[in-house]
Amino acid sequence: MFNIEYQNIFTQVQVQGKPEWGMDDSGEMMAERGGKPWFSTLAGWIGNAQIGPIYLGWTGMLSLATGLIWFVMVGINMLSQVGFSIPEFIRQLFWLALEPPSPEYGLSMPPLDEGGWYIIASFFLLVSVMTWLLRSYLLAKEHKMGKHVFWAFASAVWLFLVLGLFRPVLMGSWSEAVPYGIFPHLDWTTAFSIRYGNLYYNPFHCLSIVFLYGSVLLFCMHGGTILAVTRYGGDRELEQIYDRGTATERAALFWRWTMGFNATMEGIHRWAWWFAVLTPITGGIGILLTGTVVDNWFIWAQEHNFAPAYDGAYGYEDYGSYEAFIGKEN
Amino acid sequence: MLPKWFNEWNKANPTNVFGPAIAIGIVGSAVFVAALLVTWGNPVQTESMQTGPRGTGMSVPEYNVARKAEDPTVAGYSSAPPVVPGAGAARAGDVIDNAEPLLADLTPENYERVVNAMRTWTGISVLFDGEENYQTVVARRMIQMTQNLNENWAGHVNVNGDAGVNCYTCHRGEAVPSDIWFNVTPVNENVGGWAADQNRATSMSSSTSLPSTALEVYLTDYDSLVNVHDLESRVAGVPGLDEEVHTIQKTEMTYSLMNYFANSLGVNCVFCHNSRAFYDTAQVTPQWSTAQQGRQMVIELNQEYLIPLKDTYPAERLGPIYADAPKAGCRTCHKGYQKPLQGMNMVADWPELASTEAPVYE
Repeated sequence: MFNIEYQNIFTQVQVQGKPEWGMDDSGEMMAERGGKPWFSTLAGWIGNAQIGPIYLGWTGMLSLATGLIWFVMVGINMLSQVGFSIPEFIRQLFWLALEPPSPEYGLSMPPLDEGGWYIIASFFLLVSVMTWLLRSYLLAKEHKMGKHVFWAFASAVWLFLVLGLFRPVLMGSWSEAVPYGIFPHLDWTTAFSIRYGNLYYNPFHCLSIVFLYGSVLLFCMHGGTILAVTRYGGDRELEQIYDRGTATERAALFWRWTMGFNATMEGIHRWAWWFAVLTPITGGIGILLTGTVVDNWFIWAQEHNFAPAYDGAYGYEDYGSYEAFIGKEN
Repeated sequence: MLPKWFNEWNKANPTNVFGPAIAIGIVGSAVFVAALLVTWGNPVQTESMQTGPRGTGMSVPEYNVARKAEDPTVAGYSSAPPVVPGAGAARAGDVIDNAEPLLADLTPENYERVVNAMRTWTGISVLFDGEENYQTVVARRMIQMTQNLNENWAGHVNVNGDAGVNCYTCHRGEAVPSDIWFNVTPVNENVGGWAADQNRATSMSSSTSLPSTALEVYLTDYDSLVNVHDLESRVAGVPGLDEEVHTIQKTEMTYSLMNYFANSLGVNCVFCHNSRAFYDTAQVTPQWSTAQQGRQMVIELNQEYLIPLKDTYPAERLGPIYADAPKAGCRTCHKGYQKPLQGMNMVADWPELASTEAPVYE
């Protein structure tokens, strides 16, 4: 019988006590851990309820500072575009943007009001993202961990660099970069696809979509499987990896009998990691090839025989009449 | 408050009522909604007009509520059949004082008929009451414009059944037609280049963040070309520096124009295009050519008729920012419908407006 408590979708018992501060074996490591830890019941429904402390280090501090400079620079530019009117700024916030330089400037430094601010802001964003990437490496090193999170984040940074640095340089124009704005960056995305003859015919875009949707599917399958076997201790995944118990046996049998194949308690994380990492890697390759190697993906697809042809007439006249459609026939 | 036996019974029989209550609530609501849908019908039913081969997903969906509703301005239209002149009929110019020269060759009956109709269609009662009213001067040019549209642009206005245009097609009973447009760019302050003309919700960008320049360029400039694609899989060059290489920015401007087209006609992209290859003329519908011609027609309308009238209008009729003349676009006639006034014939009764030649009465 369906019983909501039995489904274990949310944490059943939250433990909130004295916050965990982490080890301090040398006696001087607490200095850079900041923020008074607290407990969030909301966060506790899903996982660990403790929020903080945080260790930033020089990379984190630099990353936050340059990121904030980028953020404020974009914001002030938007504010300036509406004549420093706060109501108009709020009203138009999702429409406004800091745009890349106009096309006629190529790779030169344009005047500040025609994309110069964009170049400066982008430099700060670059420093911010790269120091955050370095931080993920240094923190993993400090914990004597593998660098898997670093490499995974690096794959996202690869796509970021392709969009804002590598591709504009190869194209010979900063105007090819993506604007910093809510709706404007979506306009750019659509226009980019249309300009280059439909990005859906770009095979690397196809791969990226496969890995993106695949990541979602894997994440759902894994999360669902583990929650389903927590009653047998399946949520203690590490223990299950080195000492397989009935939770693992049941989960594995479930999938093998469902689809003829199952991941292992350990291997499911390789599946997930590779799918996630390959999403921006393949996507980045696809973007990098667009405009540099291929300028019209639909024609490219026709040349490579994978754009299908359809039989039938174009235009509604062959399928009905306007008068019939609006119910005014005769 | 409750009887003692009830409290005791409750204490002795603890029951979780929340589980069943939630389940019954969910199932009950679903049954209720399903019953409503079955008995009252789906309130947001749609119908689709197929516009291309099966498998391409080409169709224009519309809510039945809007699809079946008549354009409310159709009912407000009034028309009168012409009075066929007998032999030796009088000439308005000879009979009526200060008759409008452009219409002076009509018979007095037809002169009155045309002038009265134009007054009704535009809601301007002083029309042709003398040139001291600027409306009279504008109306003269508007008659010529209407004749030109019916005579030389049949490929657009009569493309799918005889429709034609007259004053009411744009005016709909109002002195100033709705959906006219004025120049607004640049829309952003303290910034130059492309950023100045876009990223602002304006009437000229249909409230998108796309450029507000689309109509200013593509609906007034004879030399403007709406093209964004390369027609080979590889074309060398640097965008912005090499003329033949199109830019993302120009693509956004085209997108803005296309969005205006679609909104003006109440259709979507696939009314004209197969969206998998927007540029491919082998995969477009006949409506694509009609729209192409419509753009050329509007450019002529604006350049030959509307923009030159700038000095005739009083200041309050000019643009709010640049005091430019009001201009026309797709929406000025179409008003959100595929066919203006849902395809009603606007010239059948009005041979006077159908041609620059003398009217032919039948």
